[in-house]
Amino acid sequence: MAWTRFGKKKDMPGGLWIKCESCGGMLFRKEFEQKHRVCGSCGYHFTLPGRERIALTADPGSFEEMFQPLMPVDRLGFNDKVPYDQKLKLTQEKTGETDALIAGTATIKGIPCMLAVMNFQFLGGSMGMVVGEKVARAAEHAAARKLPLILFACSGGARMHEGAVSLMQMAKTCGALALMHRAGGFSISVMTHPTTGGVTASFASVCDLLLAEPGALIGFAGPRVIATTIKKELPKGFQRSEFLLEKGQIDRIVQRAQMRDELARFLAYGTGRDPVAAFKPAPQATHEPIEVPPAPVEEKPKRGKKSKKE
Amino acid sequence: MSEAAPRSPVPDALAFERPLLELEQKIKELRSLASGTHLELAEEITSLEDRLRRQTAEVYSQLSPWERVNVARHAERPLTSDYVQMMLDDFVELHGDRVFGDDRAILTGLATMGSQRFLLVGHRKGKTVKDRLACNFGCAHPEGYRKALQKMRLAEKLKLPIVTFINTPGAYPGIGAEERGQAAAIARNIMEMFEIKVPIVCIVIGEGGSGGALGIGVGDRIGVLENAYYSVISPEGCAAILWKNGDKAPEAAEALKLTGKDLLRLGLIDKVIDEPLGGAHRDARGTVDRVKAQIVEWLTELGQVPVEQLLEQRYVKFRGMGVPLGA
Repeated sequence: MAWTRFGKKKDMPGGLWIKCESCGGMLFRKEFEQKHRVCGSCGYHFTLPGRERIALTADPGSFEEMFQPLMPVDRLGFNDKVPYDQKLKLTQEKTGETDALIAGTATIKGIPCMLAVMNFQFLGGSMGMVVGEKVARAAEHAAARKLPLILFACSGGARMHEGAVSLMQMAKTCGALALMHRAGGFSISVMTHPTTGGVTASFASVCDLLLAEPGALIGFAGPRVIATTIKKELPKGFQRSEFLLEKGQIDRIVQRAQMRDELARFLAYGTGRDPVAAFKPAPQATHEPIEVPPAPVEEKPKRGKKSKKE
Repeated sequence: MSEAAPRSPVPDALAFERPLLELEQKIKELRSLASGTHLELAEEITSLEDRLRRQTAEVYSQLSPWERVNVARHAERPLTSDYVQMMLDDFVELHGDRVFGDDRAILTGLATMGSQRFLLVGHRKGKTVKDRLACNFGCAHPEGYRKALQKMRLAEKLKLPIVTFINTPGAYPGIGAEERGQAAAIARNIMEMFEIKVPIVCIVIGEGGSGGALGIGVGDRIGVLENAYYSVISPEGCAAILWKNGDKAPEAAEALKLTGKDLLRLGLIDKVIDEPLGGAHRDARGTVDRVKAQIVEWLTELGQVPVEQLLEQRYVKFRGMGVPLGA
């Protein structure tokens, strides 16, 4: 998953600066985090960790997590270099999460909903049995309680370590969404960078509304696989949100800064409330102005450095 | 993904077949010798045949998962078109997705098999080079999945059950496929197959390649042929990503637990359908007959189930796949 970073800390004092992976500009960490990991100069949307997404989306204190005890099991005894169960333990310790999806109930500008958010930090947001089970439970719970469901997708696809079990999560989640559709439930999928493979080819694509953050990579096959298969260079902007919008694949592109207001507006339309009131930006919490020191000058990469390697 | 292995009469991955092929050749030669010269070779032939049977049984009972993957890809393995030809009394092909085109990588049509009538949906790989190209080696585009769905809705209306034959390396990864919504087409099929109010039987006859397979793979009964595989990713792809080396495909095949036996143990399929001795490519007729018998059994069984119960059971079936701890 080389195409996604959370904004790597540069080897600079205290990791104060982050280099934008799109425009290469230097971003002051504090300011970058206040802007919810969007580049101040080019608008590039970095991948947002799951908990930050919930904090940004739900009303403060409204999120109540559900299905938390669900834990992944290594059914295959999968072992590439590190045994899967060991990999799981390490990742759980590192992230403090049990798996790659966090679900629960919340309100967004006062409107109750079911919220399920994928966490890319957990094994590339890959979908295994826990992600599948939580999406299914979220959809079932939403259908039973007549709550709208919002799914934030962010995933490299199915989790290979769970083999065909992970493949079948595509069926499990789609089956649950079928059930929700039949019950008349309202579902919104927000595809964020990146959303590919088995997640795009299942629940993320079968909701009532398909939204995407700007510049997100969204597709079935990864760009490298396609380029290798067709032995051609891919067109510029291929598989990005804007490309999908142009090809008629998604309903809307929504900036991260507006996401909460837009979601509230849609929830209002879906639940018989006033969309105008819901869309009105809430009074902004006033931030202390951040003093940005001058950006450090980057060393230019030395030429011919690669060729010396024998 | 790694490049396909260079084509030779017996690819390295099928090296285990070489002694069997040599024996088969020897028997063939002896037979022609016997018929040409009136030499009394019957005894020798019988003993060689015995040896061949024993050796074949031994080799095939010990295949590694990677070897099985290669049997599933064997050039002479019966394809959807063979089943159509050998199994059905009538078949009317129906073309096109009514929107974009007619994807030859998926075949759809109305079928009669004895007293059974159903819609057949199957991946098509093609026999000749020209055919294979036309069918894109069994890699469907979105229009293929949309065609399948449109015909499945027709079957539902006509109250005809659905039989799907899965045999694809995967859905096609290309520019056009992405532009036209490959992921969405597969997702829609998977979701809508939960809603289709007729029995659905799915048989993996060769390669069950990931989402491209599942796109016609949601059903009430799932059968996998003995030497077929069903996997979340190709062994080559998995090896390239996790081992950073496409040559580690045999290790990946082992780790992915993609054979029928493994899938049955994992509770993901209903049955492993035995193949004739030495694999489906040695006996197409025998393979087709076994698949046919299985389809008849399942369709008869499912025909008794009230629609509502059928749909509920279909959901419960997939809902129970991969149960996490604490569920």
